[in-house]
Amino acid sequence: MRDKVFIAFQQNEESRPIIEAILQDNPLAVANEQPAMVKIDAPGRLVVRRTTIEEKMGRAFDLQSIHINLISLAGNIDETEDEFILAWHGA
Amino acid sequence: MAHRKLTLKEKYQLMTRGLDWETTYQPMDKVFPYDQYEGIKIKNWDKWEDPFRLTMDAYWKYQAEKERKLYAILDSFSQNNGQLNLSDARYLTALKIWMQGITPAEYNSHRGFCMVGRQFRGAGARVACQMQALDELRHAQTQMHAFSQYNKHFGGFHQAMHMRDRAWYLSIPKSYFEDAMTAGPFEFVTAISFSFEYVLTNLLFMPFVSGAAYNGDMATTTFGFSAQSDESRHMTLGLEVVKFILEQHEDNVPIMQRYIDKWFWRGYRLLALVGTMMDYMLPKKVMSWAEAWGIYWEENGMALFHDLERYGIKPPKYHEIATLEKNHITHQAWTVFYTACPATAFHAWLPQPYELDWLSEKYGETFERYYRPRFAQFAELERAGERFYTNRLPLVCQTCQVPVFFTEVNNPMRQSVRQLDWQGMKFNFCSDGCKDIFAHEPEKFCQAYIPPQQIYQGNAGGARNLQEYAAWLKCEFGKDSGEYYTSEDYARWKQWHGGKDTTPSSAAA
Repeated sequence: MRDKVFIAFQQNEESRPIIEAILQDNPLAVANEQPAMVKIDAPGRLVVRRTTIEEKMGRAFDLQSIHINLISLAGNIDETEDEFILAWHGA
Repeated sequence: MAHRKLTLKEKYQLMTRGLDWETTYQPMDKVFPYDQYEGIKIKNWDKWEDPFRLTMDAYWKYQAEKERKLYAILDSFSQNNGQLNLSDARYLTALKIWMQGITPAEYNSHRGFCMVGRQFRGAGARVACQMQALDELRHAQTQMHAFSQYNKHFGGFHQAMHMRDRAWYLSIPKSYFEDAMTAGPFEFVTAISFSFEYVLTNLLFMPFVSGAAYNGDMATTTFGFSAQSDESRHMTLGLEVVKFILEQHEDNVPIMQRYIDKWFWRGYRLLALVGTMMDYMLPKKVMSWAEAWGIYWEENGMALFHDLERYGIKPPKYHEIATLEKNHITHQAWTVFYTACPATAFHAWLPQPYELDWLSEKYGETFERYYRPRFAQFAELERAGERFYTNRLPLVCQTCQVPVFFTEVNNPMRQSVRQLDWQGMKFNFCSDGCKDIFAHEPEKFCQAYIPPQQIYQGNAGGARNLQEYAAWLKCEFGKDSGEYYTSEDYARWKQWHGGKDTTPSSAAA
């Protein structure tokens, strides 16, 4: 079993399409709902994809604006305009 | 003519590089005198990269949006008397400890990042420190603004900065940050950005702030998550800092391992306060300290250290001890708070029957056997009209400054105390972890300001007993300190609820 990365968001209407997109793009990801927040765990790697979020939102989306509702994360980050990737590189 | 839009990576490069220059009037080593004496070797500062690639313009844009959201909610909270929606006024003890212990720490963190932002010679590192210094100042300010509504109605919020420099339990977070600020710049960023932010703050900001939401505290939930969205940047920076330093030179590995060992243990001791908030101060329960430790350390923290194995970094020394202690420390800390609360700026109480059952469910045999009987004994004394308060000052650990109330991992009936003689003086510690830290830097830690010793030496405004000491803290018994169920806070809460006791009777919201 690979170590888990995670990303957590505030529970609100802005986060909802982001969370839906993450769960769609990462079949192994699991959303854990807690009061006022959602923590998404995934084994080894997790990708947040701009185009999927835009499909869910029906409008253009700047990937850096995930900062507004982001609570926390774990993993090494690689960020471009199109994708935000969290991964562990260890064995 | 149409210009091609810059990519995020290009924009970040342009906005964070080439802002500095090689000095000519003075040698660089004199301009940046502090970034070499720790022995950390940096060959190429340009390898420093902020993984979020956040430029200053984007930073202002997103921070402004976060502030607008936050202050709209704080206005609404105070205009609608949001304090009335709390699950119970006992909850406020957690906020008082936050205001007195954590908010001043945010401010010290701001000061620390201003200093190391000046001390690093790499421009990328300085930009990152500048943003973080601004964030930390924002955290201190937004927390004070959020708590100001509670300060209108409840005791204990009125003199946080005064108390921080004087109260025995607040010397724990104070000494943590002051130890970091008086270290070298690389130790400071490892202590704060890596050990504190990456490894440990999730335990404060995730389960506790989620617990604030569960207990109806709109103000804290909002500033807490707003701060944590900055923390996620800081944490990421913390990991990048460590990787950057390790990649620069193999000689850096043993120095970094020692920093990681030291600051994990110091941070873990500090978190005993947070664990107690979760297990004892949230009237509606979200998860226990032991469960949170399992998720955020045993699972997520260990994943991080598996990732760092490739650099030759091992999980922090004594982390197994921390895990073995997870079923004990919060009950021990709350016992001390319960008995010593006249000399604090918060109230304490015995857990209600539903809470005792919840603790039994979460901690099983450990709680049933060692801690429940203690609370039963205290309850018996209360019924007899002899509510127990301690009237002695505790022996305090020279390193973490927590009174030595923790027990041996293999024997919960035996207090854990370690001693060390150094230059004709005897020093006391709560654990091997804290003793090791002292042994490596005795010249620094022998100078620690230990509140009980200072009180006995007459340096606490001349106080001769705990009552006089509390007065010196500017704490009034019954108003700011002592038993909750005979406090002004409780009387006011009852009055607001038509004279009825509204203490919850179950852990669920």
